[in-house]
Amino acid sequence: MSEEVVLLDFWPSPFGMRVRIALAEKGIQYEYQEEDLRNKSDLLLKMNPIHKKIPVLIHRGKPVCESLIQVQYIDEVWHDKSPLIPSDPYQRANARFWADFVDKKIYEIGTKIWTTKGEEQAAAKKEFIESLKLLEGELGDKPYFGGDNLGYVDVALLPFYSWFYAYEKCGNFTIEEECPKLIAWAKRCLQKESVAKSLPDQEKVYGFVLQLKKAFGIE
Amino acid sequence: MAEELVLLGFWPSIFGMRVRIALAEKGLKYEYKEEDLWNKSDLLLQMNPVHKKVPVLIHKGKPVCESLILVQYIDEVWHNKSPLLPSDPYQRSVARFWADFVDKKIFDLGRKIWRTRGEEHAAAKKEFIESLKLLEGELGNKPYFGGENLGYVDVVFVPCYSWFYAYEKCGNFSIEEECPKLIAWAKRCMQKESVSKSLVDQEKIYGFVLHMNKVLGIE
Repeated sequence: MSEEVVLLDFWPSPFGMRVRIALAEKGIQYEYQEEDLRNKSDLLLKMNPIHKKIPVLIHRGKPVCESLIQVQYIDEVWHDKSPLIPSDPYQRANARFWADFVDKKIYEIGTKIWTTKGEEQAAAKKEFIESLKLLEGELGDKPYFGGDNLGYVDVALLPFYSWFYAYEKCGNFTIEEECPKLIAWAKRCLQKESVAKSLPDQEKVYGFVLQLKKAFGIE
Repeated sequence: MAEELVLLGFWPSIFGMRVRIALAEKGLKYEYKEEDLWNKSDLLLQMNPVHKKVPVLIHKGKPVCESLILVQYIDEVWHNKSPLLPSDPYQRSVARFWADFVDKKIFDLGRKIWRTRGEEHAAAKKEFIESLKLLEGELGNKPYFGGENLGYVDVVFVPCYSWFYAYEKCGNFSIEEECPKLIAWAKRCMQKESVSKSLVDQEKIYGFVLHMNKVLGIE
């Protein structure tokens, strides 16, 4: 059955990691295909002609694109196991709001931390910490954003934890000092196999970032 | 029951228009409150403390934010009438993909058409038309993106039609010439009361754009 589901991905992509976690949570076997983003495969260009981006989930030959859409798709098709999105419409709206917040804030601001310097970097660091604190507030005293189990927002945010070390090194700050509850949450999630096997090692991601900085001529 | 639903909006906002169409499609009564974005109400700041933006839907005192999330929420709570999202998971993922495409492309590019000049403006116009053509391709020969009836993508995209005249005047081009099928679709949607009473008159939007350009000092 593994050829029914194919994931086109790029190992450091937080968006790809979301899909890997969701598939693992549901216990779905799939074929993983690593893409070289400087030399995109014909399959990728055919399956995502609009954006030409990863991740792309191919289910029975049909493509699904955009990571949050993919996670919702996986949750709806394999709805019997480990539900990610709540069933109540108001809680669903709330979960979607915070996943959208992660998309709007964490990725873009995180990117500024490693690609900029001086005032721009300082401003990005400040906004990044503020955003993480808002997420900490939403987590509250729950073990996971999803309550007692991993949910949609956990899946949306966790991949960025694998980038935290890179942000910290580039920005010369400690996220754990500012947001201890969030780091505790991330470590709690990493105890789950679905998460541990889906996230790359933080040092490996930092190595990738250093490589990118060199390639783009960023100090 | 009208006090159960309150919509905080700003009249030219395409995001607010989406919510108005969805509420109208479901035949829902609600109280509309116009916000002055340069002097935001305490209610708005209380109900959307994270982004401080409109639209915000307040249902039985609880806020829902972000227009796409709002439309899905309305569709799920009042699921018995005029369903907007398909029931099949794959078709849902396609509908979400194109709604996301409208958000990523149409709004931002349209904004560049009226706010920028020179090369940036020319590039935005070109990409805008290309994006509209992709949407035309997705529409195909269907009367609506939703098939026989208005669906999620129709509700998300048709408010942009109220801004087309402003884009055309600022960009000195004709959208109908480039994308006749799309204009035919928009006019077909406008025959529905839920759309015609929710969309703002195109000349009024153009007046707003001229006013904003003056305020922003754009020639």
